[in-house]
Parts: sequence; structure tokens; C-alpha cells
Amino acid sequence: MDDLLLFIISKYNYWVAIILLLIGLYGMISKNNLLKKVISMAIFQSAIFLFYISIGTKQHATIPIIEHGHNGYGADHAVIDVANYANPLPHVLMLTAIVVGVATLGVALAVIQKINQVHDTIEEDEILRNMEE
Amino acid sequence: MNWDASSLWQFNVLLLIMLFILAIAAISIKDLVASAVIFGAYSFIMCLLWTAMLAVDVAFTEAAVGAGVSTVLVLGTALHIKRKSKD
Repeated sequence: MDDLLLFIISKYNYWVAIILLLIGLYGMISKNNLLKKVISMAIFQSAIFLFYISIGTKQHATIPIIEHGHNGYGADHAVIDVANYANPLPHVLMLTAIVVGVATLGVALAVIQKINQVHDTIEEDEILRNMEE
Repeated sequence: MNWDASSLWQFNVLLLIMLFILAIAAISIKDLVASAVIFGAYSFIMCLLWTAMLAVDVAFTEAAVGAGVSTVLVLGTALHIKRKSKD
């Protein structure tokens, strides 16, 4: 029982990632306002980033940069113990995902402004009522 | 190698709790401008968390692109539309 509790507590990053994911999903489904939906989508995305970065991090490690790598010898001569550095592969994947996320956010906000020009509201039920009339 | 991230777990837990509170606040508050600003604060806390989790490259990209550009975009949209939200 103690082992199970320790297992649950020591993975706290993953629990928070799951909670943020569910907050974002709830907002995307249940909120009526389109801007709220877009903000919920961004929260959902960042929960996924948090999950990936949590995979790459290590205890008793440092940032993935080789010390004195440009000290006349070049980085290829440095002795590297992988256990001393965080894994940089998830970082690189998430860098790309962040930039793509901002692009989708910008397009979504442009569409929201256009909808607001046409219907003069961004509440989903009012837009649907306008379209039926 | 004298900097040890595992000694900072209290800091990590504090940031994760703040992240949780800000995420709830950003989608439940009725004023859309306040929602946009809280979303910017959420992105900045996320940036601090990634520095603590040894992902400095992701952290400064998030600070520039997440807390900077997307906050400005959301705030600009919130100021162009009706400020009050129904839910």
C-alpha cells in the first residue's frame, strides 16, 4: 500500500498533466463562448507539452548543454555521461509543437474576429439562432 | 554539476498548483480581457516550470511565443469583441 502511494505521489507531474488536459477538454466541450473554447484548446495543448517535458527530465541531472564545449577542443572530445543530462529529444519535439500551436491560435482568433463582424456575437447559441433566422 | 533539480521539488509542486488554479480561473471567469491576462500568467508559470524541469530552450521559447505573442493575440481579440461572456 505504501509502495502504491509512493508511486502515485512521485509521478505528480503526470497527474497535473492529466488534470490540465481534462480542464482543457471540459472547456472545449461545455463553454459557449468561442474565445473561451480557443483558450481551453491552448490549455489542452500545453498539458501535452507538460507530459512530454516530464518524460525528458531526470533527477540529479543538469541542462543538456556540454560545459566548456567550445574551449579549443570541441564538443566531440568531451566525456559525456548521459545520466547527468536531461533528455533533449522531447524538448526539440515540443519546440516545434509550440510554434505550430501559436499558428493555430492565430488562425482561430482571426476566424473569431470574422465571425464577430458577421454575427456581432461570439456566443455559440446566438450564432446558431442567427443562422436559423 | 552542483545544481540539482530534485532539491527543488517543493518549487515544482507550488508551480503546478498555481498552474491548476490559473487554468480553472482562465476558463471560468466571465470577463474575456481578464481571461486573456490570466492565460498569459498561465503561460509564464508554465515557462518557469520548464526552467525547473531542465528544458531551458523550451522555456525561453514559451516566454517569447506563449507568454508574449499569444497573450497579445488573445488580448487583441478580446478587446475587439464584446467583453462580457455568458459562461
